Amino acid sequence: MSTLTPPRSGKARPLPAPEAPRPPRRFRRSAARSRAALGALYATPTAVMVGLFFLVPLVLVGWMSLHKWPLLGAPTMNMPDNYTRIADNELVASAVWFTVKYTVLMTVGLFVVAFGLALLVQQRRRGVGFLRTAFLLPMAVGFASASLLFLGLLSDEIGPVSDLLRSIGLIDGYVSWTSGSSESALGSAMVLVLWRFAGFNMLILLTGLQAIPLEVYEAARIDGASRWQTFRRVTIPLMRPTIALVLTMMITGSLLAFDQFWILTRGGPDNSTTSLVMVIYREAFIRLDLGSAAAISVALLAVLVVFNVIQLGVLRRRS
Amino acid sequence: MTRSSLAGRWGYYVTGTALAILFLSPLLWSGWASLRTNSGFGLENYDRLFTSDNGIRVHHVVNSLTVSALTVAGTLLVATLGGYAFGRFRFPGRDLLFLLTLAILMVPYATILIALYVLLGWIGLQDSLIGLSLVLIMFQLPFSIFMMRNSFEAVPRELEESAQVDGCNSVSTLLRIMLPAVKPGLVTVGLFAFLTSWSEFFAPLILLNSTDQFTTTLAVVNMRTASHGSIDYAALEAGVVFMAVPCLLLFAFMQRSYVRGFTSGALKG
Repeated sequence: MSTLTPPRSGKARPLPAPEAPRPPRRFRRSAARSRAALGALYATPTAVMVGLFFLVPLVLVGWMSLHKWPLLGAPTMNMPDNYTRIADNELVASAVWFTVKYTVLMTVGLFVVAFGLALLVQQRRRGVGFLRTAFLLPMAVGFASASLLFLGLLSDEIGPVSDLLRSIGLIDGYVSWTSGSSESALGSAMVLVLWRFAGFNMLILLTGLQAIPLEVYEAARIDGASRWQTFRRVTIPLMRPTIALVLTMMITGSLLAFDQFWILTRGGPDNSTTSLVMVIYREAFIRLDLGSAAAISVALLAVLVVFNVIQLGVLRRRS
Repeated sequence: MTRSSLAGRWGYYVTGTALAILFLSPLLWSGWASLRTNSGFGLENYDRLFTSDNGIRVHHVVNSLTVSALTVAGTLLVATLGGYAFGRFRFPGRDLLFLLTLAILMVPYATILIALYVLLGWIGLQDSLIGLSLVLIMFQLPFSIFMMRNSFEAVPRELEESAQVDGCNSVSTLLRIMLPAVKPGLVTVGLFAFLTSWSEFFAPLILLNSTDQFTTTLAVVNMRTASHGSIDYAALEAGVVFMAVPCLLLFAFMQRSYVRGFTSGALKG
């Protein structure tokens, strides 16, 4: 940062000529100080927003988790009941198991599809712009709207999917995709997420692919590497930071899944697609027990922070 | 042209076209389904969307527009000032504040929203569109501050210095010289803030209680979740189209600058 920047009060000062004497040292230091004050002033709105709406709630949720905190009425301390009760909550246990299963399946599926799309639209050729737009367009639709869209699309009442599959003989009779069985409900949600998020992840992977210099591929070709070898030994290692970023976002996003199950499957059938965040919502606003919801939140937060710290460490070491 | 490369090209076009159809068909289908009625095509489903008992009302749309406008304006204001501060100034606590802002991304939505529900109640902003907008601005900050910091850093230093030598004070330098230079970043940040706030579901679900305050997204989802009997799927698809069309149009028009702003920001990180 330049300390020679003139002070902002220097409105009347003439243009400094090249041979003009440098301002005295003390003057320069006070100019730097007033510039620091100015920077801090510009950062104040950010600091207020982050402090009031991020740090305070973060402390508050920890505080709430130590209390019996009804939606209405005065809270009373009951530490550590909210935490010990998590272990007895059967819905939490099944939601944890389901959320982990969903996260694994979704991350693998989404990563494979997004990487495939990125490779497909990587090179500039005719029509590639259209393909990129087609894959990106779903991300402009809000996720809740997309969930409702798929609710209709997969419904037997107006959806074409069942008719289509019946006409080519893959299924017969009535199939309820979103609530028939836990497998088909999970599958419906996964197809929805693939449709909505594959393009977005493709975009990030594409920036990573295009950052690899062409000479590297050229060198691999001269060395006689096959396509597969080039992909394994050149593309993947050079893409590592981007891949780590994309995987982190996919895993975090899946662990926090809510909209798709709340709207598409309603957590059913028989709570078999109830995610952890749905349990938190239920504790807070249906069972009206904010303390218990806060305790589950804190536990989830702890898992995510540990996971993110490990992830960041891996990222930093490799790059 | 060799045989294998010809086959490869055909393979590329067939795969590409099939995938493009798969990705576009749900969108096209929802438009078709929203217009289809018992007797052909018409706007009956949209009519039911706006008039049925638990359908959406004009004030829901006004609520959505209010929240989006407040969120976009607030995000642009805070992120421009903050990005300028982080990109061009040194001050005590700068790195800590920047890290804290990025840390918002690491904390699950649901975790802080439970506390924000209580906190907004304390400061008299329970069930209010302003409270919701403030929360949405906060959630926009990591991405927006990061984008704007990179944009301001990329502006040549000489531009700012010559403006100051010419007698501009700091505020007018920011307004007249720096803002035009970071316009692509502003477009990306503003578009992102609009798309998120217009479609956001979870934050309004928790922070808004009375149906009068509902945003359009909440009201449309309510048509599904509040219905005990059968769901009016056709009206629901009309709602989906009504919500999605503004976003799709904006996205289509601004895709180029949006994608460019996004990738340049992501690469520099």
